[in-house]
Amino acid sequence: MTTVHDGEPGAVATTASRPRGAHPLLTFLAKRVAVTAGLLLGVTVVTFGLVNVVPGDPVTANLSDQALNDPAAVAAFREKWGLDQPLWAQYLHYLGNLLHGDLGHSQQTGRAVLDDLLHYVPATLELALPSMVLALLIGTGIGMLAAVRNGRLTDQLVRVGALLGLSTPPFWLSLVVLYVFFYQLGLAPSGGRLSTDFSPPPTVTGMYTIDAALAGQWDVAWDAAQHLSLPVLVLTSLTVAMLVRFVRSAMLEVLQQDYIRAAYAKGLPTRVVLRRHLLRAGLVPVVTVSGLAFASLLSGTVLVESIFGWPGVGQYAYRSATALDLPAILGVSLFVALVYTLVNLTVDLLYGLIDPRIRLS
Amino acid sequence: MAPLLDVDSLAVTLPSPRGPLPILHDVSLTVDEGELVGIAGESGCGKSLTAQTLLGLLPPGAAVSGSARYAGTELLGLDTKGWQRVRGAGIAMVFQDPSAALHPMLTVGRQLTEHMRVHLRMDRRAASRRAVELLDQVRIPDPERALRAYPHQFSGGMRQRVAIAIALAAQPRLLIADEPTTALDVTVQAGILALLERLRAETGLAVAFITHDLGVLSALTTRGYIFYAGRVVETGPTGALLTAPTHPYTAALLGARPHGTQTGGTLRPIPGAPPAPGEAPPGCPFQPRCGYAEPSCGDAPPPLTPAGADRSVACVVRPRLEVAA
Repeated sequence: MTTVHDGEPGAVATTASRPRGAHPLLTFLAKRVAVTAGLLLGVTVVTFGLVNVVPGDPVTANLSDQALNDPAAVAAFREKWGLDQPLWAQYLHYLGNLLHGDLGHSQQTGRAVLDDLLHYVPATLELALPSMVLALLIGTGIGMLAAVRNGRLTDQLVRVGALLGLSTPPFWLSLVVLYVFFYQLGLAPSGGRLSTDFSPPPTVTGMYTIDAALAGQWDVAWDAAQHLSLPVLVLTSLTVAMLVRFVRSAMLEVLQQDYIRAAYAKGLPTRVVLRRHLLRAGLVPVVTVSGLAFASLLSGTVLVESIFGWPGVGQYAYRSATALDLPAILGVSLFVALVYTLVNLTVDLLYGLIDPRIRLS
Repeated sequence: MAPLLDVDSLAVTLPSPRGPLPILHDVSLTVDEGELVGIAGESGCGKSLTAQTLLGLLPPGAAVSGSARYAGTELLGLDTKGWQRVRGAGIAMVFQDPSAALHPMLTVGRQLTEHMRVHLRMDRRAASRRAVELLDQVRIPDPERALRAYPHQFSGGMRQRVAIAIALAAQPRLLIADEPTTALDVTVQAGILALLERLRAETGLAVAFITHDLGVLSALTTRGYIFYAGRVVETGPTGALLTAPTHPYTAALLGARPHGTQTGGTLRPIPGAPPAPGEAPPGCPFQPRCGYAEPSCGDAPPPLTPAGADRSVACVVRPRLEVAA
């Protein structure tokens, strides 16, 4: 970017004056893809190494006692999963398959890891998406309110509330929510994705509410939504507690800027100053934290998923890890790495959208 | 005719961890329609706080007393709605640092038109047309393109021109310029001063120009107020103030001023520092640093009393003063 000097006519800086051919956005994305590929490779190496270093044997973890006493069964298991090969050969074999999009088969479920992920990821996504959207709306609103009322009663209450929320263990909150809304009030089901009277809708996105709505099965969609409500409530509360503090401090900093005083000095109504001037400027740090929050929601929240019997990524990861199910562990690790990369990429692109000064410099 | 802005016995106290701090004491000043008035003093003397008071932008907890009437309306005690009507459309403000006072993430066009649409009830197209005219008026090249640009794409001087255009957008009658050229290069400063004078002459805009630079004061304004430690110590026509000061502080300021002194003349810094808010001595606030102080100066702060044509001074000694150079 160039700047214009006084008296230099007709020269507002433009983005059109680019010397080379490639669009900077494309160059940027190409670099990010290369970095991501390297990162994923690193993840496979580390995960492979770790699983093999950990004391324990997938054979004992997967076979019954009876089968373990049968040398033929043990040998067959080892051969079937390539465990009789040297480690480097196992790794190269895995990598070769990976290049073809084959994540291997889970020793536990016996299904392709990719199919497993395609089953569990949408379930987690169905929890993570609404939780994130709600948390972002509520967290930004409350955080802004606290910042504007800095030091006053509202602010104090919000800060205490956020602290309480942050120090609440997720499993405890889940149990309380279950006790109140399921056991006492009977407002929502206790767990699972659907009542037993319904069968899952035809798979399009893998998210039951959306798929059911697409198929026009409104009763199924409503039932799925009810099953969503409690875990989403828990995840939203926890995420709000995390966001509020960041939003508050980010907004407080912006509130002290001259351009906010200038906006008031122009006679703009308070809501315009807050919505257009404050929110916009305070959003950059908020986007960063939200990205991290969303990534952690997507990588599965084991405790919440376990308590609500939600067949999501968290549960899958937990079960694979306890069974030393290498292909599944690798699959989940790759998925989580990919989620973080994508979320970071989105965050970086959002920066540029929010702040013209950052626009891919 | 009543002045456009009439401030009478204004006092402002700010909250602090150690209790309320009095910042402004008994400030009275007027600005007439189409008049360029200067407010000068060292940093921390209450110049900027006066500006904030006149726009209702004081921090929460500030206590204000006295009176400030704009076009017949009492400003002190206005509610939110009342302030919103005065700000921008009655009194507008240009800040010291245009890089900080322009929103970095909103286009120049948006920042120029948003309050026009509120105050002048213009639709988008009318507001854009007026925005182009305004940018043209403050000599921004290629105004249509500038509307779509962001502040960081302009140089410092151009940003301040944009900020002035924004301040003028809702047709205010009084512009408060709080050291608008301090953050700019000297060469750019002259252009901004010329612009303000031209706007005053063309549109009848009244300007209250806050500065610590007596050179700027004499170049631009017709009447001036010298502030010291939250008080007006001397006021009068700028020319007379700067050639024949009657307050020792004004004279000392002139002696401490680097440019304008003749070659060979000595720079005479004022000994000591201005008192911090709340720590002013009981009498005349300048007395500890004053070469002419007498015992009676420590009794009570001297009131502003008439001293010749259109002039007032807050000094009981009234020594014969020589201007430096």
